[in-house]
Amino acid sequence: MIEIKGLTKKYGSFYALKDLNLSIEEGTVFGFVGANGAGKSTTFSILATLLQPTSGEAWINGINISLHPHEVRKQIGYMPDFFGVYDQLKTEEYLDFYGASYGLDAAQRAVLIPKLLELVNLSSKRNDYVDLLSRGMKQRLCLARALIHDPKVLILDEPASGLDPRARVEMREILRELKAMGKTILISSHILPELAEMCDTLGVIDSGELIAHGSVQSIQEKLQSEKVISVKLTGDYIEAIRFFENDPLVSQITEIQDRGILQFLYKGTEHDQLDLLRKAMSAGLPILAFSEEETDLEDVFMEITKGAETL
Amino acid sequence: MKELLANPVLVKEIKLRFRNIKSFTGLFFYLLIMGIFVFGFINLTSSISGSGFFRPEESFMLFSMLSYIQLGLILFITPGLTAGTVSSEREKQTLNILLTTAQSSFQIIFGKLLSSIAFLLLLLVSGLPIYSMVFLYGGVAPSQIASIFLFYFLTLLVIGALGVMYSTLLRRTIVSMISTYGTMIFLTAVTGFFLILSVSLSSATMGTGASPLSYFWACINPGVVLLTLLEPGFSDEIAQMTGIPLPLWVSYSIFYTLIFVGAIWLSVTKLRVNMNKYR
Repeated sequence: MIEIKGLTKKYGSFYALKDLNLSIEEGTVFGFVGANGAGKSTTFSILATLLQPTSGEAWINGINISLHPHEVRKQIGYMPDFFGVYDQLKTEEYLDFYGASYGLDAAQRAVLIPKLLELVNLSSKRNDYVDLLSRGMKQRLCLARALIHDPKVLILDEPASGLDPRARVEMREILRELKAMGKTILISSHILPELAEMCDTLGVIDSGELIAHGSVQSIQEKLQSEKVISVKLTGDYIEAIRFFENDPLVSQITEIQDRGILQFLYKGTEHDQLDLLRKAMSAGLPILAFSEEETDLEDVFMEITKGAETL
Repeated sequence: MKELLANPVLVKEIKLRFRNIKSFTGLFFYLLIMGIFVFGFINLTSSISGSGFFRPEESFMLFSMLSYIQLGLILFITPGLTAGTVSSEREKQTLNILLTTAQSSFQIIFGKLLSSIAFLLLLLVSGLPIYSMVFLYGGVAPSQIASIFLFYFLTLLVIGALGVMYSTLLRRTIVSMISTYGTMIFLTAVTGFFLILSVSLSSATMGTGASPLSYFWACINPGVVLLTLLEPGFSDEIAQMTGIPLPLWVSYSIFYTLIFVGAIWLSVTKLRVNMNKYR
């Protein structure tokens, strides 16, 4: 379990992270999403004991990261967003070095390394030099490295960034396996849909502040204050536009003439929506269809991070 | 001790260093040049003197020259081997991963230092048979070689520790390299200059050869200390001139051990962030 209370990181007057409060249950996958520079890597670096917080506290499996960083390191497997590998070191030797760094003896390492290479589909590359592996392979090897001491918590900072679609799918499959193994996984991405399907809970961070936290559905509902309504008409748009303009919950009416559709943003509840449809029918508008447009997570993400993008 | 030497960083770094053909080529050329120098010197001296044999005093001269060459080697190569140990990991983006492992900061620093100086130690040890050639001709006591090698080892450790310290404190390898070479130049050339200056000033003002300040500059200068190890009589002279009976090598050992401890302490404490500092 991970508990974060009031975690803040300040550089001069700039807040890289502001009063972050978060609780992540054991064995769950938590997705951290936000635009580049929103504060995801700062949070992960603090949890990985690489960065000192300005204030606030965090506990990993009940261990305070500020008081017992050495103990925390044994509990976590950390994969940074950018990392390098050693030249002239073979894949097996790479894992062997990190295994030894976590205090595993030679016999334990000899058993573990082939298993890990199999998990990340790199068994055939065991004698290849790590600096010659592809980016996707390096990412998977780094994940295997993070697992070498069988940590309870995995902190993965943008593990799929820079990967081609096939490598992304492979990475996702591995993460599913890890989730099935009962690991608590913290994973970040600047692409929300990438995380949505594999995460139990999500946190959305923007300009150092957590703006939403919960299940994928609850976040979508929370962040999406306005829905898009489409009305298909058989004719007389002007009358219809006039009618919808008079409703205070309607805004931004657009006309898609070639498809005979009016689209507008609607702030009301489902009950209000039903009421609006009833009134429109009573007013004699030639309505063929009245529906709520499906908004994908990408749109929601673009909507919530547009403030950051314009900075 | 076994645990210290089973250090993962040390094992990995040594593996990487000796997997590289450059290390062996370097070793080969070092021994070749040293061999040519020793045999050339012996041949040249015996043919110039016309006697056809190599006298003990010439053997001692060869030994002294070799000792200074090896000291120069230590002073100039050690910064290059150690000043990038931590900063290059930072530049290659491998440091963060290393710092999140369960290894203690001391283990990492110790492994880095020892693996960096291991190559130089190998150079020195592999050169011992050539170095020992002087025994064939007399003029040098085995205890002298032992004391000089201990002196080398301490100097190597200290310059190495300074390199690792700069590499930990400074973000960029090039800056760390310049700082380490700068410190090395201070300890050799600058202290040498101040020694000459203070000896000249003392003899001009007091009429005596040296002041306690001269002793200070002499005891931190590796070149002067090596001279006292080669010519123990010189150490007695300094004691008489400055009035400080402590042999230079003792002061040197104390001073350099303090630098070593300070540099290692700083490296260990500054390698990782202090997570608890804000309290």
